[in-house]
Amino acid sequence: MKARNFRYIRPASLHDAYQALAENVGDAVPLAGGQSLLATLNLRLSAPKLLVDISGLCELTGESYGDGVVRLGALTLHRQLLGSKLVKKHVPLLARAASYIGHVAIRNRGTLGGSLAYADPAAELPACAVVLGATIEVGGLQGEREVKAEEFFKGLFETDLRPGELILGVRFPIQQKGTVIGFDELSRRRGDFSLMGLAVMATMQQGRIGKARMVYFGSVDRVRLARSVPSVVEGLELPLQSNSPFEAAVRKDLDAEDTIGLRASTKLQLATVLTRRVLNSMTGATV
Amino acid sequence: MIEPSSQLSGEEEILIEVTLNGRRLKRRVKARQHLADFLRQEMELTGTHLGCEHGVCGACTVLIDGHTARGCLTLAVQMSGKCVDTVEGLTESGQLAELQEAFITRNAAQCGFCSSGMLLTAYELISSNETLSRGEIRECISGNMCRCTGYHAVVDAIETVMTRRGKHQK
Repeated sequence: MKARNFRYIRPASLHDAYQALAENVGDAVPLAGGQSLLATLNLRLSAPKLLVDISGLCELTGESYGDGVVRLGALTLHRQLLGSKLVKKHVPLLARAASYIGHVAIRNRGTLGGSLAYADPAAELPACAVVLGATIEVGGLQGEREVKAEEFFKGLFETDLRPGELILGVRFPIQQKGTVIGFDELSRRRGDFSLMGLAVMATMQQGRIGKARMVYFGSVDRVRLARSVPSVVEGLELPLQSNSPFEAAVRKDLDAEDTIGLRASTKLQLATVLTRRVLNSMTGATV
Repeated sequence: MIEPSSQLSGEEEILIEVTLNGRRLKRRVKARQHLADFLRQEMELTGTHLGCEHGVCGACTVLIDGHTARGCLTLAVQMSGKCVDTVEGLTESGQLAELQEAFITRNAAQCGFCSSGMLLTAYELISSNETLSRGEIRECISGNMCRCTGYHAVVDAIETVMTRRGKHQK
């Protein structure tokens, strides 16, 4: 299918972009990499009257490191997450997760800010932002503010962004010594949307799991920190030999319901399998 | 700020300046026209194919500033100031010759619908200085659907070129 008609502008500065979005609240949508937006336009799932192309704004690019934080501009491409030495060294979870996003051609254009703002619960980067305790910098005509990733994702395709606001950049605390990461997802085909995924960051001592931050994504309504599973796996020795220690906790954390094409029991089964797989993959490797 | 320069039958047309297959050109494009339609309909470059038009099949793969992209998930108007290369341009310049020959030798093209996208994805792959296993080659072409070959022959063809260039790792 083809997209409906819309107007297009390419603002020359961040301020011009704020202005354009503020003057067209409800009608305007920012366009960055467009790898989700263009698909929804072509399928006519959305029909904004105006696209504000922010992809050329240098204010939204760049990566920097300091004070235990890696800051990435909103326009950081998924490809750059895979190639960045800074990311690989200090926030390896992002590089790991980026390899699961779509395919090469998608990763060449899709952006970090776009993925967070779109807030697809099946997307990899929102889950990582929550697990890592990232801070999201947003801005608009009213000024700039910061939102904790844990408070940013409000629901299915819903975020804390107010009308006319843009994501400017994201600050990720660097991975601490003695912590390990785990990431995997299950999908029907490589590069497809995940049915279930899991991102983990945990402390490890002598092969035992310590404090873990875990986020399930995929068949969930929004990404959030799991509460039950981390508490029941704390102190367990890896590799886990069975699912029984955490099966009930997965059920509690996911609160899964039947949806078209995927029964609740299937979702729980996928999450349970994934939990053991991801935790067992974390044995040893400390940063 | 790039502003609409004319209004025609309710559809905005915007002037873009793009380097297409090495040639700079100026064209008026409709805001909503995606790059693959622009190439096929305005430029008569029909080597770029359209399958799903929502980013899944990879038939519309082109190079933007040297990197593969979905022609259907990119607006033509976004290409102002960019370099776009299609299968026609890279064929003419001979940059695809080695891959094309390997595709023919290894029977990696049957109906041919996916071939232009497959070739461009393979081109980006062999242009990077990475050494890849067959599994990694498969991973890299996973975004290009082929309903004939079963992919095996495509992997063979790409592997052949990589081996020849001494970049292949067993």
